[in-house]
Formats: sequence, C-alpha cells, structure tokens
Amino acid sequence: MVKQTKTMNLNFGPQHPAAHGVLRLILELDGEVVEKADPHIGLLHRGTEKLIEHKTYSQAVPYFDRLDYVAPMNQEHAFALAIEKLLNIEVPIRGQYIRVLFCEIGRILSHLLNITTQALDVGALTPSLWGFEERETLMTFYERVSGSRLHANYFRAGGVHQDLPGGLNEDILKFCHTFPKVIDDLETLLTDNRIFKQRNVDIGIVTKEEALEHSFSGVMLRGSGIAWDLRKSQPYECYQDFNFKIPIGKNGDCYDRYLCRIEEMRQSVEIIKDCIDKMPSGPVKNVDGKITPPPKEDLKRSMEAVIHHFKLFSEGFRVPEGEIYAAVEAPKGEFGVYLISDGSNKPYKCKIRAPGFSHLQAMDYLIKGHMLADVPAVIGSLDLVFGEIDR
Amino acid sequence: MSMTVYDLEQTVNSGLTTTVKISKINFGQLFIEIDIEALYSTILYLKTNNKCRFKQLIDITAVDYPEKEKRFKLVYLLLSHENNLRILININIDEKTHAPSITKIFPSANWMEREIFDMYGIKFSDHPDLRRILTDYGFDGYPLRKDFPLTGHLEVRYSEEKKKVISEPVKLDQEYRDFDFESPWEGTKYVKEEIQKKETKEK
Repeated sequence: MVKQTKTMNLNFGPQHPAAHGVLRLILELDGEVVEKADPHIGLLHRGTEKLIEHKTYSQAVPYFDRLDYVAPMNQEHAFALAIEKLLNIEVPIRGQYIRVLFCEIGRILSHLLNITTQALDVGALTPSLWGFEERETLMTFYERVSGSRLHANYFRAGGVHQDLPGGLNEDILKFCHTFPKVIDDLETLLTDNRIFKQRNVDIGIVTKEEALEHSFSGVMLRGSGIAWDLRKSQPYECYQDFNFKIPIGKNGDCYDRYLCRIEEMRQSVEIIKDCIDKMPSGPVKNVDGKITPPPKEDLKRSMEAVIHHFKLFSEGFRVPEGEIYAAVEAPKGEFGVYLISDGSNKPYKCKIRAPGFSHLQAMDYLIKGHMLADVPAVIGSLDLVFGEIDR
Repeated sequence: MSMTVYDLEQTVNSGLTTTVKISKINFGQLFIEIDIEALYSTILYLKTNNKCRFKQLIDITAVDYPEKEKRFKLVYLLLSHENNLRILININIDEKTHAPSITKIFPSANWMEREIFDMYGIKFSDHPDLRRILTDYGFDGYPLRKDFPLTGHLEVRYSEEKKKVISEPVKLDQEYRDFDFESPWEGTKYVKEEIQKKETKEK
C-alpha cells in the first residue's frame, strides 16, 4: 500500500504582524514542514524609479527616505554619492563627518528595530519595548537636524542640508554613554536565553557559497563568515579615518546574524563617539552656488544668491552625461543606485538596488524543510523592510 | 596580489577578445559592451575564470531608449570580492529579442529577470518562472517604459454599490503637468574661461 500524502497551501500575510510589512507568502506544507515558499511581493510598490525619472535631482531625494524607512539617511547617501561622482564635486570634510555620524545612527536605528522585532516574533515582548525607547531618542536627533523624525531629506548632493544645531553633539555623546548599557540589557534578555536560542540556533543556515550565489550582502553575508563590508573594502566618504571592527559569524544561522547585529551596534557607537570627537569645522556642503542652495541670510542681501536659489528650486542643477553605480553599506546590506544622466536636470534612469530584494528571494531555499514556526524567525533575521523591496 | 581595474580590463579583453565590443573605465568602474548572443558565455567566463572571480551578481536592470532601433539596454552588475572590483556589462537589444536567462549561473537572477520582464516587457528564454513580480495581479502594460504615462492607466477605489474594490480608468481633476524648466543657464562661464586663459598665458 502506498501512503498518500497531501500538501496543504497556507496563505501567510499580507496582513500578518510577523510578516514585517506587506509580505504575502504562499507556503506549501506537509504537516508542519514547509516544502515550498513562494513570496508574493509588490504590495507596497509605488513606482519610485518611475517617479524619480520625472523629478529633478533634488526633488528625488525624499523618495529615498521612503524606501527603507527604518534607516532613511543611509539610502539618501547612496543617491547623493552617485550624483556627486557624476558631477565630480567634493563634499567638505565636515559634511562628510556629519554624514558618517548620521549613517551610523541609522545603522543603530535599523538594527534595534530588527533585533527587537525578531525577538518579538519568537516570543519575547520586553526587548521591543526597551528598544523602541532608544529608537525614539535617536529619532529626535534626526528631528533636530532635519526637522522630521523619519523622512529626513537631509543628505543632498554636495553635502548635507544644514549644519548641526547647537548642543546636538553633546546630546548624542550622552546617548553614546548610556546606550551600551541598553545593549547589555538586551543581551541579558536574549543572548543566553534558552527559548531565544532554541528558536534561532541552526535555523536558516546559509553557507558561504550559497550566500554569494544568492547575492546576499551586509549581515546576511557576514553572518556566514565572509569578511566583506563596503565601509572597509571600498571606503566611501571618510570611513577610512575611523577604526572599527567588522563582526563575522561562524555558522550562518539566525543566531549568528543576531550576534553580528548586536556587535555592529557597539561598533557604531564607537564610530559615533570618534566622529564627534574628531568633528572638524568648516562648511557642511559644497560651496558651488550652481549645485547647493545659498545660505538663508544671503537671500536678503545678495542678488546672485536669489538667482541661484530660484534656479535651483525651479530648474535644479544639471548633471553631466554618464552612468554610474554607487553603493553604500546600508544596515541591511549593499544598497546601490545605478544612475544614468542624459545631461538634463532629471535622471534618465535610476535603478535602486535594494539588499532585501535578494534576501527575500532566497526565502524558498532558506525555509525548505523547516517547520512552520521557523518562518517568522527566518523572516525576522532576513531584516526585511518592504519599502525598499517593493520600491 | 590584488588586481587593479586596468589589469581587469586587459584580462577581460584578452580572455573575451571576440565578444567585447567596447570597454571603457569610468569613475574607476569597468564597463564592457557585448552582444546578446555572447551574454551567457561571458557571464559564465567572468564567474569561473580564476583571475576574474566575479562570484556575485549585484543587479540586473534595463534602460529604455525608445528612439533607438535596439530599444533596450540590459545592464548586468557583477562584483568580485577577491579582487574588490565591479564590472558593468551592457547589452543592446530590440523589443522582440529574447534574452537568455542566467538563472543557471546565478540563482539570484531569477527575481531580477522577473522584475525586468515586469517593468520593461523583455522576455527571458529558459527562465523557470517568468511571472510579473512588483505590479498588481492582472496588471497590464510595462510601467518603466518611457511611453508609459506616469499616472498609469487604472486607479482603484472601493465601490459602495458593489461592495468591493474596483479599478477604473484614471480621472485627474487637473491634467498632469510636467514642467519644463530647462533653459540655457550658462551664467558667467565664458568670462571665467577667458580669465583662466589669460592667467595661464601670464604664467
């Protein structure tokens, strides 16, 4: 007699708290074992790339905040770098330091959310309450410098929008002194926690070769033991000035990726401290009036400033013809912008390379043979944000 | 010994003499242009060759040039961790040509090719599962083509009579306005150049 097996199809999401957004997963189950996972994405597709083709370069920046809305400035960074390379302009050193400072704040923001919600998915409620408190503090830094907590629109081509307001450096430093204690507290709840380990150790293992084959980047790559971080290997901005370590995982499972993220937060705190310590003085953006707007006070006195201001906010600046791929190490992995300019004031083509896209693609391979209950753990450790996957 | 981008250009040009049509280095990145027939073998060569070692596919994308005879440009971005180098491969194809799928070389090409199919309507032969990916179920048209309107064709709303979400043609209260701000804004460029010329003469 042949034993008959029947698989069951389960529709996971798109409205499910553990789906981290609008992920629809069609799972094929044999009992509780997942045989096939087919992610359906695009439920948050807003046509960002199409919209950018119809906007001037400076109008396109806010769209990048809305990609990975957990660490908005890191996305703007890639776009700004691409434009700067095409324009062949320099960012003043203070501008570069401010950018590094806020990129690292973004990294902490993203990792905090990821670690705590992953813990939430596997049954621990407290970390998310503690983590969100810290996130709130960090977002007030965003607010003080750019005016908004999330959609900052702060990194512009040629530098950053404004200089840091008075007292911000001191407050960030204060945060840097108290925050390691919070990481320690989180670790006492999670790192040796029996339940957390049972849910994460040896789940979703990625080998080195497979990590490369599946175009993984960021923590997904480092968790599998590949020493690769764009901040070290292809230093952009002024990352070569900083001394920091890159944590590498050993087993490539969800637990190792969690450990990598914890350590990366500690390293980010060090970079932030170092950054404030070494912060040079000077302008925060390129002083070429044809690219960056003039300071507000000049508008009352200088005719040229008024003309520049008007032209920049109506026509915008023009970017010489060319194509470029610029990438940054965003918290989630390699975030890249492939930009083609036809010499006008709007990008001809802007392709956004989101790290989460390739990570989610590997879902089927990661989850095959695992139990249904492991699905949230794996989704959590992939660090998915649908803003950037669906674009 | 690490390889520079110039070494890479030489290696690629000598290894793929017949296939590389153009190679150039811009902003420290190597761009090569090849024919669609050579795509599969070139990618395989770049991945398996001991010197190149492009083990990671970063992205695939396409660009639409409606006025050209070969309308689309496919762009493949590869990264080599060992050499710390990137390469961009450009291929021009027309609307009817099918591109070969490289999912057998890089499994991650699967979704990237699906996205290009979804956005530009370029078909990939031998692709295991060529469905739309980002757009809505039952979507019609290829949104990233230059002739696709920014507002799209359909909009959705909840119909109170039918008690369900329905889609109907887009109705705009005001026409979409694409302002053309472009003007010859040359400023004082010619004066600057003259001053520079004078200065260099004096030196």
